[in-house]
Amino acid sequence: MNDNQTMTHGVDIGSLRKKGPELSLDREDVCLEVKNLDLYYGDTQALFDINMKIPRKRVTAYIGPSGCGKSTLLRCFNRMNDLVDIARVDGSILLDGDEINSRGVDVPDLRRRVGMVFQKPNPFPKSVYENIAYGLRLQGINNRSTLDDVVEWALKGAALWDEVKDRLNDSAFGLSGGQQQRLVIARAIAVQPEVLLLDEPASALDPISTLKIEELIYELKSTYTIVIVTHNMQQAARVSDYTAFMYLGKMVEYDATDRLFTNPKNRQTEDYITGRYG
Amino acid sequence: MDKSDITHHISQQFNEELEGVRNMVLTMGGLVEKAIGDAIEALVTGNSELGDTVATSDYKINSLEVEIDEECAQIIARRQPAASDLRLIVAIIKTITDLERMGDEAEKIGRIAANLGEENTVNSSSYSAIRHLGEHARAMLHDALDAYARFDVDAALKVARQDAGIDQEYEGLIRQLITVMMEDPRCIRHVIDIMWAARAIERIGDHARNICEYVVFMVLGKDVRHTTFEQMEAEVKSAT
Repeated sequence: MNDNQTMTHGVDIGSLRKKGPELSLDREDVCLEVKNLDLYYGDTQALFDINMKIPRKRVTAYIGPSGCGKSTLLRCFNRMNDLVDIARVDGSILLDGDEINSRGVDVPDLRRRVGMVFQKPNPFPKSVYENIAYGLRLQGINNRSTLDDVVEWALKGAALWDEVKDRLNDSAFGLSGGQQQRLVIARAIAVQPEVLLLDEPASALDPISTLKIEELIYELKSTYTIVIVTHNMQQAARVSDYTAFMYLGKMVEYDATDRLFTNPKNRQTEDYITGRYG
Repeated sequence: MDKSDITHHISQQFNEELEGVRNMVLTMGGLVEKAIGDAIEALVTGNSELGDTVATSDYKINSLEVEIDEECAQIIARRQPAASDLRLIVAIIKTITDLERMGDEAEKIGRIAANLGEENTVNSSSYSAIRHLGEHARAMLHDALDAYARFDVDAALKVARQDAGIDQEYEGLIRQLITVMMEDPRCIRHVIDIMWAARAIERIGDHARNICEYVVFMVLGKDVRHTTFEQMEAEVKSAT
């Protein structure tokens, strides 16, 4: 339905919708902006002229077949590709308007501002408590009561506190996979990032743990800008506000999730999300 | 989307499920079309037996509606259809509701025909007008189902445009019947029955138009319900 049709017989349909008015990228506050981004692994080009604006305090999902470049693009946002010797990035990525690929950028600080969670939970071989406190200790914060507060706040934020509050000093490896993943998310939010990058955060988890992570993503988006890569299209449809479909290193379609999953504009997107061969 | 799209899923099973449920809708549509044709025939020829058959056969249409609904629910649960597949399923669920209502209208006409029987006290020009109206509505349904089967929005638009013609014809028929009642108050009871039948036919035209709207939604993803024909046409033009 068109925007101009949302007023029908004097009733504002938008106000009746639980989710509020239709989302539009034009009306969003931009957090991350990607401009003319190309990425090469040696001689092979992996990303082709990516342009997109990622809105603040929204969930943006990347979908696409394996090898389409969605994780590669995600890793550009906190310069994880710096760790790959043969990777070369052209073009620009602006975080709050500042170029993150400039020479002067403090990369560890960038990674604090843009936290990342991977497919397999990767807690440190330490206690639950120390996992969360680690990032703060790196920043030189060692005050016990400050740490206690942050650990509790972060674990509550990651919906894990009630499950681990009596075993804060136990090894993080004793937690279940779903709990470990939420612990890693708690560790990421403990340093108060602006952006959370989630690379297949639930693909190694059982359905119930997956739903808990999805619920958590919903809670977290009121505070953080979230970018998620997922193979699970229903998950993208459930958790995200905007979805980008990538194919062979190119951004094929980027639109509000509601539209992309009911009426995609692009034929390739349609074929992918409906499980057709092109 | 076009017709070939539903056979291009990686899952052959899914292709078959979608094709199967689509065919069930066409079967149901065929039954409704026949019911309407028979009901009109029964009414204008005073064939109360045929009218009775139409009225007592509506259960077949109803049970197909239930079956198709069930199949759609299964497909949603199993496949979580998206994009054009999702629109197809949504359009089917809505289409069969309209088809079922049309079946009810045909049942009404059949019942009226069964009761009126051969006590034909209305002049023959009214009957030829109602036959024409009924034939028009039946053809509209036929063409709407055809547009649905071929994913053809242009054909759907053409059919939707005819609804205004049906409404006009209906108004004309009502005026004619009022004149008949004024001329001969003894036939008021019968004429009221004929009016009910005419009303049922007019509703069938409305339901056929609804199906055309679902075809537009299914193919283009544009929701054109509760708009004028001109708005509907403009939406389709902007999307094609």
